[in-house]
Amino acid sequence: MSATKASRIGEEIWKTRIDKVNAELVTLTYGTIVAQLCQDYNSDYQEVNKQLEKMGHNIGMRLIEDFLAKSGVGRCANFRETADMIAKVGFKIFLNVAPTVTNWTSDNNQFSLIFDENPLADFVELPDDGRAQDELWFSNILCGVLRGALEMVQMQIEAHFVSDVLRGDDTTEMRVSLVRYIEDEMPPEEE
Amino acid sequence: MSYYFTILSPTDTPIFNIAFGTSKGGGDGIARFRFPDTAQYMNQFIIHSSLDILEEAQWTNGGMYLKHIDTYPPAAAYISAFLTPSGARFLLLHQPPQLPTSGSSSVLGGSSLLGSSGSTTRASSSSVAANPTSPQTEEAVRQFMNEVYESYVKTAMSPFYKQGMEIRSPVFRTKITAAGKKWL
Repeated sequence: MSATKASRIGEEIWKTRIDKVNAELVTLTYGTIVAQLCQDYNSDYQEVNKQLEKMGHNIGMRLIEDFLAKSGVGRCANFRETADMIAKVGFKIFLNVAPTVTNWTSDNNQFSLIFDENPLADFVELPDDGRAQDELWFSNILCGVLRGALEMVQMQIEAHFVSDVLRGDDTTEMRVSLVRYIEDEMPPEEE
Repeated sequence: MSYYFTILSPTDTPIFNIAFGTSKGGGDGIARFRFPDTAQYMNQFIIHSSLDILEEAQWTNGGMYLKHIDTYPPAAAYISAFLTPSGARFLLLHQPPQLPTSGSSSVLGGSSLLGSSGSTTRASSSSVAANPTSPQTEEAVRQFMNEVYESYVKTAMSPFYKQGMEIRSPVFRTKITAAGKKWL
């Protein structure tokens, strides 16, 4: 399935089958969660990143079901197709953004998602304590969501942000790598 | 014209302030107050002393922009105010440059002969800056305040900003500087 077809599907589902909520509700709720985590962990941003990833993982494991039900798409033939499906359908219907898929490695196992906009990070300015700019990945929950969702469809992946406009970078980029396909007989990994 | 701008939280804590000069009519955007550099606290005295008047003025009309509310003649300082619905107050002190000949109220004369601190040409008198109570100035200040308000709302929405906390964001400061440059 081509990327343009995926875009069309995403657009179609977004228009017809998705309940919309106010963007600021999402932004403020998510922002509060991150701010509270920073407070709870005394600004140990590594730990905050980890917790966000974990929360995302839990979300992803459920969300994939909802995603498949709403989109009605079938199995992806390869990882490239999976990438388009994530970017053009998944992100589109849940966040109404469509990140660009790019920077593939030659073995087709790693790609980057470039976010032109990020509804989670509207209004946000990282704390100016001199560390948050270097340590906190504000939208790290998204990495967890991808990992959780793909884990449920037999793909073990690793996702992390490599740049974020909140830190002063030019782009917001997430790197996603396929670790392996989980064989059917194996139970999903629990951490 | 020199400006001193302060934001006060609803509980009267100063949370932001900045001093700048006019950028209109060839101004270089650097504040040159009439007080010596060692007495810049006078600006804060004057601006905060207008709070009582602000409290009276705030009920006189329904608007958020209260225009020019107070004057402190000894320093030729004029105060304009803007209220946000949540009770934060934006106060702008403006002080026209000292005219070369004392007592001359003619604002139309050129004022390029100013002696202090080796400044370049001052703002020409016909610009927004020259007359602090003219409708043009009121309008320019209104535009400025609205722009500040917009930035303030965005800053207040940041999850890491707590209400009543000092605004340390460099982004906010840049935006205010830009707004000052644009309108004043």
